[in-house]
Amino acid sequence: MAVHKVVGIETEFGIIHRCTGDSNPVAASSMIINAYVNGFLCQRVSWDFEDEQPGADARGFNEFDALAPEIETHLVNAVLTNGARYYVDHAHPELSTPECSDARQCVVYDRAAEEILIRSMQAANNLLPDDEELVIHKNNSDGKGNSYGCHENYLLDRDVPFGRVVTHILPFFVTRQIFCGAGKLGIEVPMDDRSPAPFGDRPFQISQRADFFEEEVGLETTLKRPIVNTRDEPHADTRKYRRLHVILGDANMSELQTYLKLGTTSLVLAMIDDDFVPEPLTPLVPVAALRQVSFDTALSGLIEMVDGRRMRAIEVQWEYLELARKYAQSHGLDPVGGDDVGNDILDRWEAVLTGLESDPMSLATQLDWVAKLRLYGAFAERHGLDWDDPKLAALDLQYHDLRPSKSLARRVGLERITTDDEVDEAVSVPPPTTRAYFRGRCLDKFGDEIVAANWDSMVFDIGTDPLRRVPMLEPLRGTRAHVGSLLDECRDAAELLRRLGN
Amino acid sequence: MAEREQMRRSAPRETESPAPQDTSSEGATELKAELDDLLDEIDDVLETNAEEFVKNYVQKGGE
Repeated sequence: MAVHKVVGIETEFGIIHRCTGDSNPVAASSMIINAYVNGFLCQRVSWDFEDEQPGADARGFNEFDALAPEIETHLVNAVLTNGARYYVDHAHPELSTPECSDARQCVVYDRAAEEILIRSMQAANNLLPDDEELVIHKNNSDGKGNSYGCHENYLLDRDVPFGRVVTHILPFFVTRQIFCGAGKLGIEVPMDDRSPAPFGDRPFQISQRADFFEEEVGLETTLKRPIVNTRDEPHADTRKYRRLHVILGDANMSELQTYLKLGTTSLVLAMIDDDFVPEPLTPLVPVAALRQVSFDTALSGLIEMVDGRRMRAIEVQWEYLELARKYAQSHGLDPVGGDDVGNDILDRWEAVLTGLESDPMSLATQLDWVAKLRLYGAFAERHGLDWDDPKLAALDLQYHDLRPSKSLARRVGLERITTDDEVDEAVSVPPPTTRAYFRGRCLDKFGDEIVAANWDSMVFDIGTDPLRRVPMLEPLRGTRAHVGSLLDECRDAAELLRRLGN
Repeated sequence: MAEREQMRRSAPRETESPAPQDTSSEGATELKAELDDLLDEIDDVLETNAEEFVKNYVQKGGE
């Protein structure tokens, strides 16, 4: 039986400080987060780096030339009452959602993350002089070769050989962009690394991120980015779990795409856990195939496979969907959150593939890249512009602008998965079905007595030495069902710790 | 395999069958009007100096 696919998503946001002098993105990012933390939260709890080991490699070794990601412990780093982590990473504000127990719940928290950034932006701008403004974008590149990520995380069974995960997830990752891509004008691959004339008649590609991937498998996230990242840092019981850290994805404005991205990947990983994927559909040259698929907005290109077959990206996806339907029948859908959400993921996956197969433009209110294609085409036609006109490049940035008054994504009629009410609640309330519930409720109720928190522990200071660390090594314990009434009843952290037997 | 073929074949049929010609052209007109409204709105909110805006949008790499 596959491990339950606990999921989370972490987004680095683009940030611009409009001012007369020089702007510093690190300071600007700190301003954003501080404005939120000081304006909306009563107390501030810092992140605890004690257990972080981002250099550990799932393949069981650290390559001597592999660069382990650095942790910047000196920058702003807060934990929120919804269980999320909100911090400055490199030169970007970044928000990691709390752990979620299914894809749909995670979409709500991804939208809550946007809402938190919007509120942060407004709070920060209230503090700035009138001629300055901080602007946040939810995208993955500046169009000039600089990229920043939107990473997904999935809980895996430690006993599953990592090689099997790599083999079977790689073809899925190369092809899922046809329904996961956020779309991008232009190309950012270095000149000497381009195949001739990658585009058709328009300089537009499906994915924001495909340009930036150079390896199949590896540990890096900032250089020589790999399609399958091997960071082995489960933030949970290392004897039982892995965490697949996925760095390939785009930051979507479309809720449906975030939902499908998390849902279909969870399903495929559950199938891999259960050894249900019979033969790999491995592309002969995965990195080249990744870019080829991104450039192929007609969805007609053929990928050369190791076994000699030539398949369209959508055919690879049909294979995975067909297998997932069989898996649902034979194994059930508990690992992805049960029948309701599981069947919904399967049905929407099929609907999107069907739409892509018959007429991609029919998905203009569902997929970011199609919405962009329709919008840019109509805009260029109305104003008589070429596709390389800076006005179109401006649209391509402004699509991702989080300011409600400016965001184009909010104006193109994208279908919603969530409701405003549930997003608003998720800004401050944790998901009830994972350990994030314990983290968030404790922060809300006993914030003054918490010194630090991270994914798998919390440190309390109840006035007596020493500090007390509460481990949270099981992502599905500490839920409302487990500790809801306990947390309701306890008057202070001392009582909570006593009753927890700590 | 048979199952997949069935899914694929059913796709275009499902989308083509329910809409007779006249309603689909009405639908197309409606879509066109929607798109025109959208373009009007976007003309209003678009950054004024696009070239400058794009040039100044520089980010540091992340992750």
